[in-house]
Amino acid sequence: MAYSSKSPWLIHYDGSSCNGCDIEVLDAMMPLYDIERFGIINTGNPKHADIFLVTGGINHQNINVVKHIYDQMLEPKVVVACGICACTGGVFRDCYNMIGGVDKAIPVDVYAPGCAVRPETIIDAVLKAVEILDQKAAKLAESRK
Amino acid sequence: MATRSVIPFGPQHPVLPEPIHLDLVVQDERVVEAIPQIGFIHRGLEKLVEKRDFNQFVYVAERTCGICSVGHGWGYVSATEKLLGLEMPRRVEYLRTILEELSRIHSHLLWLGLLADAFGFEALFNHCWRLRETILDIFQRTCGGRIILSIMIVGGMAHDIEDTELKAICDQLESLKCDYQQIVNTMMGDSSVKDRLCGVGVISFEDAHELSMVGPFAKGSGVEHDMRTTGYGAYGDLEHFEPIISNECDCYARCKVRCEEVYQAIDIIEELVAKMPQDGIGGKPKAKVVPEGQSHVLIEQPRGEAFYYVRGNGTKYLDRFRLRTPTSQNLGGLVKALQGVDLADVPMIILTIDPCISCTER
Repeated sequence: MAYSSKSPWLIHYDGSSCNGCDIEVLDAMMPLYDIERFGIINTGNPKHADIFLVTGGINHQNINVVKHIYDQMLEPKVVVACGICACTGGVFRDCYNMIGGVDKAIPVDVYAPGCAVRPETIIDAVLKAVEILDQKAAKLAESRK
Repeated sequence: MATRSVIPFGPQHPVLPEPIHLDLVVQDERVVEAIPQIGFIHRGLEKLVEKRDFNQFVYVAERTCGICSVGHGWGYVSATEKLLGLEMPRRVEYLRTILEELSRIHSHLLWLGLLADAFGFEALFNHCWRLRETILDIFQRTCGGRIILSIMIVGGMAHDIEDTELKAICDQLESLKCDYQQIVNTMMGDSSVKDRLCGVGVISFEDAHELSMVGPFAKGSGVEHDMRTTGYGAYGDLEHFEPIISNECDCYARCKVRCEEVYQAIDIIEELVAKMPQDGIGGKPKAKVVPEGQSHVLIEQPRGEAFYYVRGNGTKYLDRFRLRTPTSQNLGGLVKALQGVDLADVPMIILTIDPCISCTER
């Protein structure tokens, strides 16, 4: 069983962000913001994760990587787009190699804007994602009856 | 003789927040060859210079990389200012230098934390990142942003940093020193840390020179190459500046160079704050177009030498912006350092070049 809304596990992938959002995602787990007090742990294994944090937009090279990580996660799962590039493409939307936001590749549940996204926003977004995770789990249980 | 097998490393890997893919050809737990594959973060940022005018492009240039954002902003604006023939007030150069040194401290602390994480010392990782918050706090107070500052514009600074604020920064750095000393003691003295770092990932002086490596990676191999010695910005006004060199050539040496550079950066900031000139902070340039011609600037980023080139064509859009980052220089050295090492040491060796993939691929 991979799912637990009391202590969901995160996986983070850097799409084509400038790194700013990535270090803020890591920062949210550090002593000052400490997302771990909600029982949330960062994992490197997609099969263990419930919440997928993507920073940066989607380009032609990484679109399959993002899809692949998403496919490896077990249901129920939630995707959070961290930072404005992950939401819409942001400042790079006109670049030739960019396809756009993360929603061009996989379905996104929570959008957390900002450049770079602030750790407070990430915590907010993750807590919102936990609610959605609960709803999805309930729906899944319903369908299995 | 065991058969060779290929182990993929990345693009999604817990040790690095950024995507790089390496095919590690392994034989009996030893890496025979490492074949890098890049391009996962390529955005095509340099081409954007044709769609954003030279004032707007500062914001794009800063977003080349979130860790060395100050340096990229500085490199772009000073190359453009050179093209426009603008002379900056000394105060602007001083403020930019102080911000760059602050970002060096933040980058090195971030890196020390990631290194600690790579060899499994999680408490040290957390401690380094806790100290780093001091610098982010200074950034937020003086510039408004934690990561992307957007305080530099072509022609000067968007706003001033008051002298009282600068004094407060010095006080804060002084108190940071004490906590930082403890981290350095652990990093440099702890036997379990030394076990993982000493003699690992050796790059000789000759190899470092031949592969034209830059930054702390080269300095750890005894190459005395630091663009700050050319005296750009306010570095020329320093009483004494000497790059920090170490001759051990291994992971430990690179770690030592970065640890020392933080102290050096604090000293530089304190000296510059004491000498701060009062001749204004410049402003937006009167010129509406960039003249025809080209210019280039070399600056020392936390990761090493970075090269910025701009070419104007007589309109408000630049013709070309080119950026050569330190990590792209160091990737050759990384592949060399990975040959013949234990598989368990791979994450650490990758980290000790302090790869910044966002800069490299842009």
